[in-house]
Amino acid sequence: MTEHGDLDHVSGRTTTGHEWDGIKELNTPLPRWWLTTFYLTILWAVGYWIVYPAWPLLWSHTTGIWNYSTRAEVAAELANLEKIRGDKMVALGNASLEEIEKNPALLALARARGKTVFGDNCAPCHGSGGAGAKGYPNLNDDEWLWGGSLDQIMQTIQFGARSGHPKAHESAMLAFGKEGVLKKDQIVTVANYVRSLSGLPTAAGYDAAAGAKIFAENCTSCHGDNGKGNQELGAPDLTDKIWLYGSDEASLVETINSGRAGVMPAWVGRLDPSTIKALTVYVHSLGGGK
Amino acid sequence: MNKPVSPTDLQLDEDAPLYAAQKKVYPQSVSGTFRRTKWGLMAFCLGVYYLLPFVRWNRGLGAPNQAVLVDLPNSRFYFFFIELWPQEVYYFTGLLIIAALTLFLMNAVGGRIWCGYLCPQTVWTDLFYAIERLIEGDRRERMRKDAAKGTMKLERFAEILLKHSIWLMIAWWTGGAWVLYFNDAPTLVKQLITFQAPMIAYIWIGILTATTYLLAGFMREQVCVYMCPWPRIQAALTDEWALNVTYKYDRGETRTSLKKANELRALGQPVGDCIDCYQCVAVCPTGIDIRNGPQLDCIQCGLCIDACDTVMTKIGRETRLIGYDNDINIHRRQEGKPPIYRIIRPRTVTYAALIAAVGAVMLYALLTRSLLDINVLHDRNPVAVKLADGSIRNAYTVRLLNKRGFDRVIAIDIDGPVNATLHVVGADSVTQDRPMIILARDTTTELRMLVTAPAESNPAKSVPVNFRVTDIGLGEVATATDHFVSP
Repeated sequence: MTEHGDLDHVSGRTTTGHEWDGIKELNTPLPRWWLTTFYLTILWAVGYWIVYPAWPLLWSHTTGIWNYSTRAEVAAELANLEKIRGDKMVALGNASLEEIEKNPALLALARARGKTVFGDNCAPCHGSGGAGAKGYPNLNDDEWLWGGSLDQIMQTIQFGARSGHPKAHESAMLAFGKEGVLKKDQIVTVANYVRSLSGLPTAAGYDAAAGAKIFAENCTSCHGDNGKGNQELGAPDLTDKIWLYGSDEASLVETINSGRAGVMPAWVGRLDPSTIKALTVYVHSLGGGK
Repeated sequence: MNKPVSPTDLQLDEDAPLYAAQKKVYPQSVSGTFRRTKWGLMAFCLGVYYLLPFVRWNRGLGAPNQAVLVDLPNSRFYFFFIELWPQEVYYFTGLLIIAALTLFLMNAVGGRIWCGYLCPQTVWTDLFYAIERLIEGDRRERMRKDAAKGTMKLERFAEILLKHSIWLMIAWWTGGAWVLYFNDAPTLVKQLITFQAPMIAYIWIGILTATTYLLAGFMREQVCVYMCPWPRIQAALTDEWALNVTYKYDRGETRTSLKKANELRALGQPVGDCIDCYQCVAVCPTGIDIRNGPQLDCIQCGLCIDACDTVMTKIGRETRLIGYDNDINIHRRQEGKPPIYRIIRPRTVTYAALIAAVGAVMLYALLTRSLLDINVLHDRNPVAVKLADGSIRNAYTVRLLNKRGFDRVIAIDIDGPVNATLHVVGADSVTQDRPMIILARDTTTELRMLVTAPAESNPAKSVPVNFRVTDIGLGEVATATDHFVSP
């Protein structure tokens, strides 16, 4: 293996016999402990094979004598997390919603827990920050279809809207056009009247008196005489600046023609009571809570 | 210094080993200036290391009273009057830069001062050698005892046992002192004695016991020669003016025995001062011959200077045949010129200036750092919310830091869109427009804040909004600027 061909005249030492372009390499032996350490690391690796999962087999793999698995470790950590969370969530479960908002520690916990749960369950419709989308209410603003107090928010989260749960919010808007209650031109007229309620410009040649009449005859039972809405029925305030399905004439015509009946699932039974509390407080704290 | 070897003197080793066994070094005891300096520095370094955790520093109620403490569970570092939070870890970057520059400066002035006198590897190895010498005797005795391995007597066995016991005890205390920096020292000592300390403490003591015992008892010079990167870096950083432990061959050569030298001197022939007594080799802790010139294995501890000075004094020649010097002066003396020393030169001035500059920046940053701080993060989704009455609301996550050791009341003001109002979620404000909050001591508080601009103010697409927190009692102020966005 070692061909020590030459001796180096300057150093008086042997060379390794390797030569590159006339340059020869001195033989500078590594310390033996270095070699021993190297062999020990190989032995160490063998130790790994024995104690940890290592070799693939045809349908499985060697599991190692410690029976270690990353999955089991994750499961244990999650169980431990639940245990840690458990005590705190009990405190959350025992406090009333108002008490949670008044207590900085509980509020921080509820907001943190609520934010996570919101991301997992609510974000697909309401958006990750609760900003909503067309047909899915923005939870940051102060317009609430079914009420924005802590209790009302919790009620809605628990049972949903038109979810099929017996306690869900049920009422829906009639499809005035499809059901033949209003004709096309009447719908356009009342749509313009609704726009005027919140100070939006109306179409040229629109008959304000006719609009008011149609509104009074068909809409006030739910939306109120002055269009301020009714949270008991989930009827939105038509005089404010917030529009769930759009405020332009075409959108309003579509709304009146076909009706609207957005659905929100019931979360009772899917989320435990203290989690629903946390979620309630979180949504309430987004900024629009009453 | 390597002299060409004549071909006839070369011996071809057909089976030269690829791996070399460690050659045990038997440094002889020595006395002199450098030995005394090393004893002093060893006492100082070890004293600081072992005793510092017990120094107390009053920080008030509820805060640890240990002068130097790394509080990992609470993410705090205490150093006398300084308390650092994790986000201030850049101070350590500054310290590391200063440490590196100091190493460079030492090297430019006096070679491997760090390696020879201050490096923990040197200090502990020196201590372990001292114990070995105390128990087994000096160089010759130790060599004789090791050579007589086959015929071990009970007495020798007892010696070895005693040596390793003391080594292990020191090693154990090295690990023991280490963990004291991470917990209240007196409490932890009590726990350790009564075996009630946390397992992690015992594990770390075990690790440091093992490394100290192994590195100072067995690996010794192998660490410096094979493991440590500094000798390689040092060789690249040095220059011709740096003073290194040097054999002044201009004076020493030609080496001649004392007797022969005297004879030749009587005849008026030129003779070197080196009498080839090998004392410099005998005392060397890395087992090298300094007369071969500057080399990687030399940690420049100066013990060969002491050894040579002793001999020179004895034979009545001038001392410092080996001393801190450089090749320039050797050549100058050979040419009959006086030696010159340039401690102050561009390289050393640059290093010193850099150290001063980094130190000044760090000191300034430390003295002017705020103990009240605010960080503002604008909500990303949604960036802005239109309310029923047409007004615009932006939400912010605000983190307030109180680095003082007591609770304090702060007021929050904003300066942004016209007539904008501020609401802090979950905080009952004394006054509607000026929320006041209690910040707990030595911690951060995260709050959700809502800024609402009325519809009439009709703010532009993006308006800067300035958050200002004021400590009601102390008047300390911290500000942060973000933006108020309209949809």
